[in-house]
Amino acid sequence: MSRLALLALTAAGAPAMAATHTVAPGEGGQQRLQEALIVAQPGDEVVLGAGRFVLDDGLSLDVDGVTVRGAGMNATVLDFTGQKDAGEGLLVTSDKVTLRDFAIENPHGDGIKSKGADAIVYQRVRVTWTGGPKETNGAYGLYPVESDGVLIAECEVSGASDAGIYVGQSKAITVRNSVARHNVAGIEIENSRDALVEANYVTGNTGGILVFDLPSLPVMGGGNTIVRSNLVVHNTTPNFAPKGNIVAGVRRGTGVMVMANDGVLVEGNTILDNPTAPVMVVAYPLKFDDKSYNPYPRNVTIGVNQVDAGGTDPQFEGKEQLLAAFGGALPPVLWDGLSQAGTVALRVDPSIKGWSLNLPTQGGGLDAAVKPGPLEAPAPVAGASLTGVGAPAELEARLVP
Amino acid sequence: MIRRAILALALLSAAGAVAQASASAPAVPDNAVVTGNELPANLSAFGFFADGPAQIPAARVTPYRLNTPLWSDGAEKLRFVYIPDGSQAKAEGENLLQLPVGAALIKTFAFQDHGKRRLIETRVLLHRTDGWVALPYLWNAEQTDAKLALAGARVPVVSPAGEAIEYRVPNKNQCKECHGLNGAVIPIGPKARNLSRDWLDRFAAAGMLDAAPAVAHPVPLWEDRAKAGSEAAARGYLEANCAHCHQPGASASNSGLDLRWEQDDPHALGIMKRPVAAGRGAGSLLFDVVPGKPSESILLHRMGSLEGGVAMPELGKATLDHEGLAVVERWIAGL
Repeated sequence: MSRLALLALTAAGAPAMAATHTVAPGEGGQQRLQEALIVAQPGDEVVLGAGRFVLDDGLSLDVDGVTVRGAGMNATVLDFTGQKDAGEGLLVTSDKVTLRDFAIENPHGDGIKSKGADAIVYQRVRVTWTGGPKETNGAYGLYPVESDGVLIAECEVSGASDAGIYVGQSKAITVRNSVARHNVAGIEIENSRDALVEANYVTGNTGGILVFDLPSLPVMGGGNTIVRSNLVVHNTTPNFAPKGNIVAGVRRGTGVMVMANDGVLVEGNTILDNPTAPVMVVAYPLKFDDKSYNPYPRNVTIGVNQVDAGGTDPQFEGKEQLLAAFGGALPPVLWDGLSQAGTVALRVDPSIKGWSLNLPTQGGGLDAAVKPGPLEAPAPVAGASLTGVGAPAELEARLVP
Repeated sequence: MIRRAILALALLSAAGAVAQASASAPAVPDNAVVTGNELPANLSAFGFFADGPAQIPAARVTPYRLNTPLWSDGAEKLRFVYIPDGSQAKAEGENLLQLPVGAALIKTFAFQDHGKRRLIETRVLLHRTDGWVALPYLWNAEQTDAKLALAGARVPVVSPAGEAIEYRVPNKNQCKECHGLNGAVIPIGPKARNLSRDWLDRFAAAGMLDAAPAVAHPVPLWEDRAKAGSEAAARGYLEANCAHCHQPGASASNSGLDLRWEQDDPHALGIMKRPVAAGRGAGSLLFDVVPGKPSESILLHRMGSLEGGVAMPELGKATLDHEGLAVVERWIAGL
């Protein structure tokens, strides 16, 4: 069929024309799989057989509306242990792509990067560095960036030397029912808006769930994000990020961390055994010269969460004095004390205690002049809630049981 | 054996046909193939060469070189631009020449093998009605023609530096990783600022270009890098080797790093700029470029690495470009 005719049919909405490209592991798998990803037309499926694909180069997909699905996230494995080229295992640069039921193991860079790939669904995709937490592991497991519409559901990432699930410079995002284990950062939402991080199991990372906004990037102004009903427990792995990364500064034992964002709601989570701080709300700590950047947290609400006593082994200088001052454990909510003049940095439900570093200025550090003390934050505003958060319904409709 | 004899006969008659054709009229590319919807299986189908194995171009196929080229494991590169009869390229000031629909860019990569030039691959960029199409063609062992290699390939070669490597022919999608801008495929090499004055004049005089543009700040000739000044040499190198990804709208736009020749904001160029999603690519370093301190600059660290996830560029590199590293190092040291 000519390409024009196919285009006409696609425009008329004729999904019956969709083709299936089946690829089995084995000899020539790299080439057969990459060719299938190239010749697929919008609406087609690339079906990966069960077994282990031994790959030595990165794969890429640049066709809109393609579904790539395997036989299960433990049955179909794309093994990049011997990878020689490319910065990620799989790169997606087209829109309306669905990735489902397969695993990526030991990519040398990122696991799956989707850049400028709007309306993408990741379902039951696993990215694992099989040697456990190591500085030499790749940076990000699932890495959607510069995308409008991202749904990550029932996925698993472990071993990332930066963030397991990292959504950057994007909007309309849902990360749900996923597992992030043994990464430096479990789930990170960066320079993004309208994100819902819900019902995930985040454990064994250095820091659990991070919501950041950084300066000098094409997309800034992060916020309007809800972090709810997650299980954020036992994030006690020592930081194994290479120095220089922003996450290399994340303290072991951080549960949920919000930095320089506008409008973030943290509620209904179970946050246990995160010994530096179950919840941390801070300003961007470094110097910056981007005049459009707001380094302060604004309108952050810590609602009712199930938290334990708090920071029992905080990774701070002078922790002995701090622990003694607060009776053996630092209260669950840590604020650095910084806010933009005229705005409320955070509100905290009265059921949760907090403390403040009482830092005097943005960009200043912890020093002898700093006098930490109990946090006095206003209570959440009744009835106020964030709206317009999460991936569009069209993406949810692409999930399969 | 019989089959081989028939093939030999077929080749002979094909050679005869070429000889006859060239006696009457010079070989000309096949416009229908260049602009059609097909992805030809063989490079020869385009007719870009009067003699493909010898890389002798057909009529209206003009060889060119870049002042500072993109380095690819030291491969020799043979570049050609095809402008169909009746149309013309247009100059956009110092920027990329605007090539008409029906035009093509052809680039052959070759390495020396036992004292002879061995063609490895020829990449073509075809300007079709609905945009540019990038296709990689892999030369056969006999060096008679090149076959479409959608999924790319690996070819063992010995680099000019004497290193035995697996040279990577990119797959069709990977072409777009460097040639993509705002979602479309575009050429990246033939910018007026990176072409010689002499070549632009001759291209215009031949009627292939509407006018030779004035270029106030040409990218220096790579061979002249020692006398070009450390900044011009390094910025020319970064422009030719990095800026196609590191600019707004291109594949590394999310890094916020913009290495184009025309960029003059020090922060956008990486000077005291922190990485954002470099992951372990940053090594233990804090800034892309630290003035006066090459060894503390992530830019140089990544250029100097061959490790997946660290190495820059991510594609088309199996060996280190020591001359490129030296130029960038000298620039950072002098900042």
